[in-house]
Amino acid sequence: MSKLPITEADLHAYVDGLLPEVRRAEIEAYVASQPGEAERLRTYREQKDAIRAAYQGVLDEPLPRGLPLAPPRAPRWQRYAALVAWALMSGGVGWTLRGEMQSAPVVALGPSALPAPVASLPHQAAVAHVVYSPDVRRPVEIGADQEDQLVAWLSKRLGTPLKPPKLGGLGYELIGGRLLPGAHGPVAQFMYHDVTGKRLTLYVSTEFVDNKETAFQFAQEGLVNVFYWLDRNFGYALSAGIDKGELARVAIEVYRQVSPEGSTPTGDSK
Amino acid sequence: MHDDNSQIVACIPRLRRYARALVGDRAEADDLVQDTLERAWSKFTLWRRTGDVRAWLFSIMHNLHIDQVRRPRLATEALGDEALEVSVRAEQGDALTVRDIDAALRLLPHEQREIVLLVALEQLTYDEVAKTLGIPVGTVMSRLSRGREKLRAVMEGRAMVSPLRVVK
Repeated sequence: MSKLPITEADLHAYVDGLLPEVRRAEIEAYVASQPGEAERLRTYREQKDAIRAAYQGVLDEPLPRGLPLAPPRAPRWQRYAALVAWALMSGGVGWTLRGEMQSAPVVALGPSALPAPVASLPHQAAVAHVVYSPDVRRPVEIGADQEDQLVAWLSKRLGTPLKPPKLGGLGYELIGGRLLPGAHGPVAQFMYHDVTGKRLTLYVSTEFVDNKETAFQFAQEGLVNVFYWLDRNFGYALSAGIDKGELARVAIEVYRQVSPEGSTPTGDSK
Repeated sequence: MHDDNSQIVACIPRLRRYARALVGDRAEADDLVQDTLERAWSKFTLWRRTGDVRAWLFSIMHNLHIDQVRRPRLATEALGDEALEVSVRAEQGDALTVRDIDAALRLLPHEQREIVLLVALEQLTYDEVAKTLGIPVGTVMSRLSRGREKLRAVMEGRAMVSPLRVVK
């Protein structure tokens, strides 16, 4: 016999059949010598049996109607359907929200498809991505180690508070950021990378003050995929050479963090 | 992706069984299942899943249930006459009736009830329970022990039965 003291946890594990054989035998011998304990453990077993018997029938009940048995179609994107309407009407662009992102048609938005300068946003962003993201030595002007400085500087230059979203939850860490010339003024670019070194840039422009907000829109500029949208005074474009579904996940998270009302695209689907 | 979908669907009867035992009321239990599935699908399409689907679903249900329990609720429900019989041990020998056990479970604090149920219904190990609920194994053991002992006391009529009205 082992000299391990017998604990309350041992007794429960004995009831639940969770003990290794040797220990089980020890507990069994102990319990056999303790009529009070034997009775107590017998009661616990009866409880388990009674609980299982009481709710067993639920397993065979037909499922109530209305239970969601599959992911909602076009999850989250439906929320943007209304927002995208203006873009569709203004340019007749065939970006339709149909099914999941993976199955949605890929539409490269031509420069004439949307009123300028919105149409130029993904292009500018993609160019900036292509220019700076391969830069190994100096991809950014100010690194993430000086994030406060970066935030202060870009906010000052763009004339409005600006903060890089935190994408660590999705596996992307901030490398840093830089200031770029846009069509009419300064533009900020934040750069991120994942553990494999894949880089992703977020281009933030304040050149779209006249526009209210839009849905996510997708564009392909060469090998770079771009999701872009307008939100109040900001135009955002997220660029990377990663697949559209992955990029969409990041875009949703960026949107969630930067949207002024803090609305959450992952929220209540009721 | 598709396999994972069917894995989730395959867990629904178990989720319903557990929810029924946990909250007692059928409609409330199905609401809990509904909420669990909605949250699961919404997270599922956005986040990569790690680990076991069943444990993940039970964690979601646990968190939703906790939210509901913590939310202050004024609604009370009158118990029927059968509540009075909770303390009466079943007449036929040692067999416990469904009604007895269900009523007795209502008298456990929810944090003890969920552990007693996960062990009994889902036959989870204590480690699995701890992970599912996000608490240390030691806490699982002490709650299991207290829960079972309280259940025993209730079923033997040693415990005071709650007043006629319970805050649900």
